[in-house]
Amino acid sequence: MLRKADQFRRISSSVMTTVTASCTFVAVGILAVILFYIAMQGVGSINLQFLIDSPRPVGEGGGIGNAILGSMVLLGLSSLIGLPIGIAVGVYLAELGTGRFGGLVRFVVDTLTGIPSIVTGVFVYAIVVLPLKHFSALAGGIALGLIMIPIVARTTEEMIKLVPHSLREGALALGAPQWRVTLGVVIPAAASGIATGAMLAVARVSGETAPLLFTAFGSRFFSYYLDQPIASLTVQIYNYAISPYDEWHAQAWAATLVLMTLILSVNIVVRFLTRKRF
Amino acid sequence: MSYQHSQLGLATQDLRLESLFSGWRRALSPTGNTGDAVFRTLMFSAGLLVLLIVVAIALALAVDSLLSIRTFGLGFLTSRQWNPIRGDFGALPFVYGTLVSSFIAILISVPLSLGIAIFLVEQAPRFLSRPIGFLVELLAAIPSVVYGLWGIFVLAPFLRVHVEPPLGQWLGWLPLFQGPITGIGLLTGGIILAIMITPIISAVVRDVLAAVPDTQREAALALGATKWETTRVVLVNGAPGIAGAIILGLGRAIGETMAVTMVIGNRPEISASLFAPSYTIASAIANEFTEATGDLYLSALVELGLILFLVTFLVNGLARVLVWNVTRKTAGRAA
Repeated sequence: MLRKADQFRRISSSVMTTVTASCTFVAVGILAVILFYIAMQGVGSINLQFLIDSPRPVGEGGGIGNAILGSMVLLGLSSLIGLPIGIAVGVYLAELGTGRFGGLVRFVVDTLTGIPSIVTGVFVYAIVVLPLKHFSALAGGIALGLIMIPIVARTTEEMIKLVPHSLREGALALGAPQWRVTLGVVIPAAASGIATGAMLAVARVSGETAPLLFTAFGSRFFSYYLDQPIASLTVQIYNYAISPYDEWHAQAWAATLVLMTLILSVNIVVRFLTRKRF
Repeated sequence: MSYQHSQLGLATQDLRLESLFSGWRRALSPTGNTGDAVFRTLMFSAGLLVLLIVVAIALALAVDSLLSIRTFGLGFLTSRQWNPIRGDFGALPFVYGTLVSSFIAILISVPLSLGIAIFLVEQAPRFLSRPIGFLVELLAAIPSVVYGLWGIFVLAPFLRVHVEPPLGQWLGWLPLFQGPITGIGLLTGGIILAIMITPIISAVVRDVLAAVPDTQREAALALGATKWETTRVVLVNGAPGIAGAIILGLGRAIGETMAVTMVIGNRPEISASLFAPSYTIASAIANEFTEATGDLYLSALVELGLILFLVTFLVNGLARVLVWNVTRKTAGRAA
């Protein structure tokens, strides 16, 4: 027969397992509730007209076509800025950044990921919007691009570090200089990983709102001019959510459903592609 | 004579340039390959660019907040007056709102995240732990503005009807739970922050726990420890990393903007009640930046941005050092 003390230890062990399992259940439950609400509230207002129309006054319908176009322009711009620089930083960290300076860069990249996106917005306002004297798609793209850099840099570094050393050594043994080894052997070997990291980074900034409020600002019209304010899905969701009109609230949910569909599918596809690696 | 002298000078300058160049090449590429030197320079400048960005952010924010810094000095942080019309700008209500909402978030999120991480690393079978871990991570993929939308229309009404009245009834003798119940305020902001930082804290704690060597678990089990007692040994081993994870979550909570802006009420007042509307540093910037008329107003908002930048940079730096010490050490050992 077990002693009392041993019984207590066993019981408390199972109690703690139950407690930790419930914590996990709570988190997954909250996710389910949020996604459920988005689907329920959003699905009613979505139709083709909503996806291609631009906003109209309350009572006249209107849609998010210009916001979808604007988000695409902003994401394209930010990818042009964020992906090359982010990948270069990642390559530097993985292939060269071993010394003190490399450590410093790694530390700063890690810390940059935690800088609030609104601070990036204020910074871009100071260096782009103020000199140009008006809000612009360019400023929004730069803000999102800056946010992408550390995210892309870290995933690139991790993906390159997964490339086996034997590949590098083989190329070096054949007499290739280091730059050919990196560009011709290591990066192609890590390319799919770098690409999935890039997709995740794009999905991540596609949900950013705060840095766009006073850079891209928002617009109620179709626009693809880089020197003009431009709409985005997230800013439109924000503006509609805090408006007093039920119709706009419904549209905010519908726009959220569109945005979440994009973000979730990227996350799930990336997970599927990388399931063997992790 | 003078002609000779100048020629000599030119020659030594040439030599110096030459040696500088080859020195650069050698430093950048031990093999002396020009392609390597160019490649290394490019990659190095990318690394340097990251440092320059951080310096540029600090400088730009400092320059644009000079006016406010000169006008208010340190009083900016201790004044409760935020009155754009009279030109009085004091950040204390925002600092208070930021600290209290982040504290509520940490209070709720830390036990929850620890529970999740312990369950996923120590207790759940592998076939369960991976997909569930992915689901928890998905919480981090939801954009802030979506949390805000959900917060306004689902969480705030729920708290107003089902949570805040009983709190006021049972704990109303505390100043924390007094006052009118609207569903919009510090408590709602803190809860939505807690949901948002839980996936972040739990992900880092998972990494930290996974980095604790299995020999620790085996030793505990060999001594006859139960599963929970073994977990406690693991937790003690990962303690600095767990502290880092919590600080990382705190940094995220401090800087989180949209969701908080949408549910906290945006009123620059300091009230003891958690039901009362409040304001955070980040939400003040988000809410008032485009409306800021006048240089001093704008400058005061930029100074808020500068404070946010410095605080989150320090907090994140500290967290990284703590987490690195645990995860990188063991990762290095394994490799």
